[in-house]
Formats: sequence, C-alpha cells, structure tokens
Amino acid sequence: MEVFWAEAIKYLSAGICMGFGAIGAGIGEGYTAGQTALGISRQPEASGQLVKTMLIGQAITETSGIFALVIAVLMISTNVGTEGDAVLNMAAVMGAGIAVGVAGFGVAIGVGYCAGRTCGGVARRPTIGGQVTGTMLVGQAVTETPVIFALVVAFILLYSAFSGGLEKAFGLLSAGIAMGFGAFGSGIGGGLPAGAACSVVARREEVRGQVLAMMLIGQAVTQTSAIFALVIAFLLIFAHGDGASMVKIAAFLGAGLSMGMGAIGAGIGTGMPAASACTAIRINERTSSVVMRVMLIGQAVAQSPAIGSLIVALFLLFVV
Amino acid sequence: MDQVTSTTIIKAAALLGAGICMGFGAIGPGVGEGYAAGRACEGIARAPKEAGLLTRTMLIGQAVSESTGIYSLVVALLLIFVVGG
Repeated sequence: MEVFWAEAIKYLSAGICMGFGAIGAGIGEGYTAGQTALGISRQPEASGQLVKTMLIGQAITETSGIFALVIAVLMISTNVGTEGDAVLNMAAVMGAGIAVGVAGFGVAIGVGYCAGRTCGGVARRPTIGGQVTGTMLVGQAVTETPVIFALVVAFILLYSAFSGGLEKAFGLLSAGIAMGFGAFGSGIGGGLPAGAACSVVARREEVRGQVLAMMLIGQAVTQTSAIFALVIAFLLIFAHGDGASMVKIAAFLGAGLSMGMGAIGAGIGTGMPAASACTAIRINERTSSVVMRVMLIGQAVAQSPAIGSLIVALFLLFVV
Repeated sequence: MDQVTSTTIIKAAALLGAGICMGFGAIGPGVGEGYAAGRACEGIARAPKEAGLLTRTMLIGQAVSESTGIYSLVVALLLIFVVGG
C-alpha cells in the first residue's frame, strides 16, 4: 500500500486526538470556573485567593489538553508514521491518536472536578486554603496517571519499528483503543474521590490525614482498570501477527474493545464509593475502618465486570 | 468526480480530521463555559453587590476553558490550509 495512505491517516488521527482531548479540559475547567464564581459570591474578600486556586487547578486540568495538542502537532508537522510499512504505520498512528485523545478526555474531567470542589471548599474556609489546595494536588496527581500511561503507549506506537501483517496492524490499533478508553474510566473515577476529599478537608481540616488515606486507597482501586488496559495494550503491541487471517484480526480488535469499553464502567463505578467513603469521614470519622471495609468490598464488586473484560481479552489474545 | 489521486486522499483525510477535531473539540469548552456562566448568575443572585467581580472571574475562568477549544481550532486550521499544499 502506498505511503500516502499513511500520511492521510496521520492527519485524520491528529484531528481525532485533539478533538477528543479538548472535550475533557473544557468541561473540567469550566466546572472549576463555575464553582469559583459561586465561591466568590459567598466570600468576596477571598476572591484573590480563589482565582489563584482556580488557575492552579485549571492548569493541571489543561495538561491533558496539552498532551493531545503535542501528539496532534507531532502528527501534523513531523514525518512520524510515514517510514516503514504503510499499513502498520496507519494502525499505529490511529491507535496513538485514540489513546491520548480519549484518555485526555476522561482524565481532564476527573482532574477538573477535583479542582472545582477544591475552589468550592476554599471559599468556605479561605484560612485553610493551603491545606485544601495541597490535598487537591495530591488527588490530581493520582488522577493524572492514566493519561501518562496513554502518552507512553502513544510514544511506543509512534516511534517503534513494527513488523508483521494485517493482523499486527489491527493489534496496534486495538492497543490504542484499549488504552484510551481504559484510561477514560479511571480518569473520571480517580477524580471523584479526589474532589470529595478536598471538600471534606475544607470543612473539617482535623480529619485531613484520615481522609487523605481513604482517598489514596480508594483511588488506587480506581486505577486498576487503567492498569489492566495498559497490560492489554502492551500485550497487543508485542503480539505476533504475520498473516491476515480474519479470525485473528477480529480477535485482536475484540480484545482491545473488550478491555477498553469494559474498563469505563469499572473505572467510574469504583470511584463513586471512594468519593462517598471520603464524605463519610467528614460525617463521622470514628466509623472510618468499617467504611473502608465496605468501600473495598463494594469497589471489588464494581471492578468485577472489568475483570471479566480482562479475562475475555486474554482469551482472545492467547487462546483463539 | 475528480480523479482520485494520492494528494486528494491526503487532503480528504486531513479535512475529515479537521472536522472531527473542531467538532468534538468544541463540546467541552461549550459545556464548561456554560456551566461557569450559570454558576456566576447564581452567585450574582446571592451577592448582587459583587456583580462586577463575579463577571470578571467568570470571564477569566471561561478564557482558560476556551484554551483547549482554541487548540482544536488551530489544529483544524493547520489541517485545512497547511496540509496538502
């Protein structure tokens, strides 16, 4: 297949990457701005501090959009993905664009939600604004990890020399789909407890240690979907596929779709109990051990569909 | 239909990409800026004396939200006008 097809897909992928990557940052930053405006209406004297907090939170939300912009500009301006086998390049470039675009979408929503709740919290108690912002930065850092995974996968897809046939090409595309959509769910799910924790610290800073612990444990479980997706993405990137058998192509695509879409629900669904557990500490911190137990049980059950997706994806990769 | 050459296919893919880029890229800033405006209205209802401050804050926040929409616009314009010659 001629090289110009690879070039054509490169530009299409750049558009998809930036298009999806911009959605989350827009929504997340707008939510933060809205919460800030509401907060200023409650505490006009704190407006300077609130705008500063808003800009910090929005800056971190912006990073997902910047990652998407960087990948898009790389695809438009450099000759990445035009040397070597055209079909493999097309698939790898499209996979990279989907991975960063969709991952950025989800992560920015989670990170932006956290920033918004933080501004709302700082408005209630401007004097402890520093502690709330500190909690926000920790929570946002964990929430960012899925888009970093996606960035790693994208760079591997764009800059490795692959060999194989049509099967390998669909494997590369599928890796991007798995990572992108897998990161989407964990991005939102990681942001939910982060936002709740910031809100709690603002109201009751004396339980900050406990709520931070609950937030981090809860967030750790939400990130498992993104880690499953990363594993499947790597397995797909390094799978062998020299032929063009329709069965193998379908298996690779199915593996990526299974893990990618399956991780969305678990990512968001494990985030909700984590957020509620953080809120529970505000309500009654003496129940924290019981709440943590129930949170973990609930999160485990919410994670199970994604484990099913992982198992199906592994079957499709290795048994078919 | 014109003759389908390699340059047409490249140009066509770039244009499709530009459309997807700006189309989806406009969703987020639209929703986010709208939410910010809504909350600002609510805030002004709670504290009418602070209307000026609230409007200013709203515009700052909306400007940051707009930035990724601008990135999408830039990428889309690059794809339309610079790609394919």
